[in-house]
Amino acid sequence: MSKTLSIDGQEIPFEDGQTIMQAAAANVYIPHLCHHPEFTPHGSCKLCTVKVNGRNCSACTFPAAEGQEVLNNTTDINADRKKITQMLFVEGNHFCPSCEKTGNCQLQAVAYHLNMLDNHFPLFYPQRELDASHPDVLIDHNRCIFCTLCVRASQEQDGKDVFALSGRGITKHLIVNAPSGKLKDSALVADDRAAHICPTGAILIKRTGYTIPIGQRLYDHHDISDVSLATAETQHDQ
Amino acid sequence: MYEHLETAENAAQLKRVVIDPVSRVEGHGKVTLLLDENNKVQQARLHIVEFRGFERFIQGRPYWELPVLVQRLCGICPVSHHLAAAKAIDQLVGVDPENLPVSADKLRRLLHFGQVMQSHALHFFHLSSPDLLFGFESEQNKRSIIAVLAAFPDIGVQGVKLRKYGQEVIRMVSGKRIHGSGAIAGGINKALTPAERDYLLQDIEQMIAWAQGAVALIQKVHCSNLPYYDEFAGLRSNYLSLTKPNGALELYHGGIRVKNAEGGTLLDNIDYCQYNQYIHEEVRSWTYMKFPYLLSLGKEAGWYRVGPLARVNICDYIDTPLAEAARVEFKAHSQEALVHSTLAFHWARLIEVLHCAESIERLLHDPAILGGELVTKGEKRYEGIGVIEAPRGTLFHHYQVDENDIVTKANLIVSTTSNNMAMNESVRQVAAEYLSGQELTEPLLNNIEVAIRAYDPCLSCATHAVGKMPLQLELINAQGDVVAKLLKHDTGEFERIHG
Ligand code: SF4
Ligand code: FES
Repeated sequence: MSKTLSIDGQEIPFEDGQTIMQAAAANVYIPHLCHHPEFTPHGSCKLCTVKVNGRNCSACTFPAAEGQEVLNNTTDINADRKKITQMLFVEGNHFCPSCEKTGNCQLQAVAYHLNMLDNHFPLFYPQRELDASHPDVLIDHNRCIFCTLCVRASQEQDGKDVFALSGRGITKHLIVNAPSGKLKDSALVADDRAAHICPTGAILIKRTGYTIPIGQRLYDHHDISDVSLATAETQHDQ
Repeated sequence: MYEHLETAENAAQLKRVVIDPVSRVEGHGKVTLLLDENNKVQQARLHIVEFRGFERFIQGRPYWELPVLVQRLCGICPVSHHLAAAKAIDQLVGVDPENLPVSADKLRRLLHFGQVMQSHALHFFHLSSPDLLFGFESEQNKRSIIAVLAAFPDIGVQGVKLRKYGQEVIRMVSGKRIHGSGAIAGGINKALTPAERDYLLQDIEQMIAWAQGAVALIQKVHCSNLPYYDEFAGLRSNYLSLTKPNGALELYHGGIRVKNAEGGTLLDNIDYCQYNQYIHEEVRSWTYMKFPYLLSLGKEAGWYRVGPLARVNICDYIDTPLAEAARVEFKAHSQEALVHSTLAFHWARLIEVLHCAESIERLLHDPAILGGELVTKGEKRYEGIGVIEAPRGTLFHHYQVDENDIVTKANLIVSTTSNNMAMNESVRQVAAEYLSGQELTEPLLNNIEVAIRAYDPCLSCATHAVGKMPLQLELINAQGDVVAKLLKHDTGEFERIHG
């Protein structure tokens, strides 16, 4: 008989070595942004915070254990998640109405899921760059939330090392592994997984924006929780 | 004619009367009249707070964002900006208008007819019909659509529904009633489904009938208030619009035609990509708004009017039968001469609503809107120009991009800018004729608003600075010098720094 833990009172089976997020997978939606089932957990966005036996833990990194009592979908935890999401919005420059990722963006979709209706915090309006030097791929740093999925995808799947985070706190930023620091001088090609993994509109394939009509985008008719549960084992939100 | 009223010699000693804001115009305008000791109008100016910030804002963005970004310029004709930008970026991907896939061309036209219809219906029924139906000097509380609905329930309801129908056309084609997507470089992102087409077909006959009724109504209002309607704020001006190569009325794509006040043709079927060989823009010290003029006539005499009055005036015919019949009566009113009455803008606007409704019906019966090739592509180019007849007149979008697909330069001439000089002229005329030497009263001042409103200026279009984003804006004159800087704080407050 497999081991079980409980999430919000629901019995969830798991196998040794799994995280709470992995155990929840297709059973229970735990909001997340930096987690992706194909890549080593990073545990940085804190959106997946749950209460395990009364303590806050990141579900994407915390090991599942027999008999754990996990609280996930509670008013308090969701209120904290909403604040985290609001902070992500004000830290960058996210203008959903004109962004080509709108409707397909996980940050936006999580915000809808959490019923985030305003920014709450004052906007930072940071000065961030757009690197359009690469013939096929563009990075708009305004929209980067430092989830490191591109970093991990490049290392773990593409066998390259195109991206990294540099700096700390408010000066943290994504850098490109090239003498010039420009994408055009990096090893990235448009087919790389790293070019397609960004949960927001920071890394984009050029000249493809707005081709999917409104109504046919990933989150137009489905909440991110449904999309996430349905795709938990496969391409995951892509 | 009234140019002497533009700048008074002793402005500092004059009494200032400010009407601010001009109510019921989308956006925010300000009129200043400078009066002398005897309450005579010495100076009249329509101040439009126009920052030209948007052109800066889109620099540095990838070109494919343009059709969606520029929609934010204007809350009431976003589709026109969307399509003008789309036409410009078609060229960036090497697609000239004649090479656009037929289905994409027709779907864009359908979208645009929906836009013109909803914008005109909004303007006429919501903003202007209270004045037209109750009189320009009626009490304040009568001047709203609510009062129209109470006194003329049928007309009010028809107006609301015509507008709604236009919005539904937009929603079906672009996915949303405002700020949808739709047009992309070299085409459009979806066709209509048969169900969407059938949904729109249900009501189109009713819309045509109501639009016909609206034309009859405005014609009656106009003709039963002569000579006031013909003369109020009237200007003998040049007119500019696109027309089809054969001279027919055209809203989506055509060549530039210009006629002078006597009806003589100054330009005809000019490729709009050459627009800057014919049209220049003048900067004046007292406003951020530029004044476009025809190069051949010079700064003084080269101003022109655009919009419904220009289009219906200078086209040779309209290619839908009911609107053409209405145009024939319109021109008969002036014995075939050009109609210079500023209030005739309303009449021309409703003829266009009728034309839009008829054209929508025609397109809905065209199988091309249901599918086929939607996007195409050619050789990359570095410059693109898109021009369209927006509800308020000819709209120019002009972009340059670099080898990385990033916008390096943008120039937009919005319709309201083209009518800038004409609006000033009309304000000056009304001020000189109706206000000089009289005690100022609200209804009198309202005459100025009526004159401005006839042009349906979308002031928000010329002033939109993207919500409350703190921006530093610079005014650069024709020589490229920074002559003023304007800061916008996130409180919405402005701070002017002279450069
Ligand atoms: S660019 Fe995208 S994938 Fe990479 S760290 Fe930023 S948000 Fe994550
Ligand atoms: S999803 Fe767990 S910390 Fe980001």
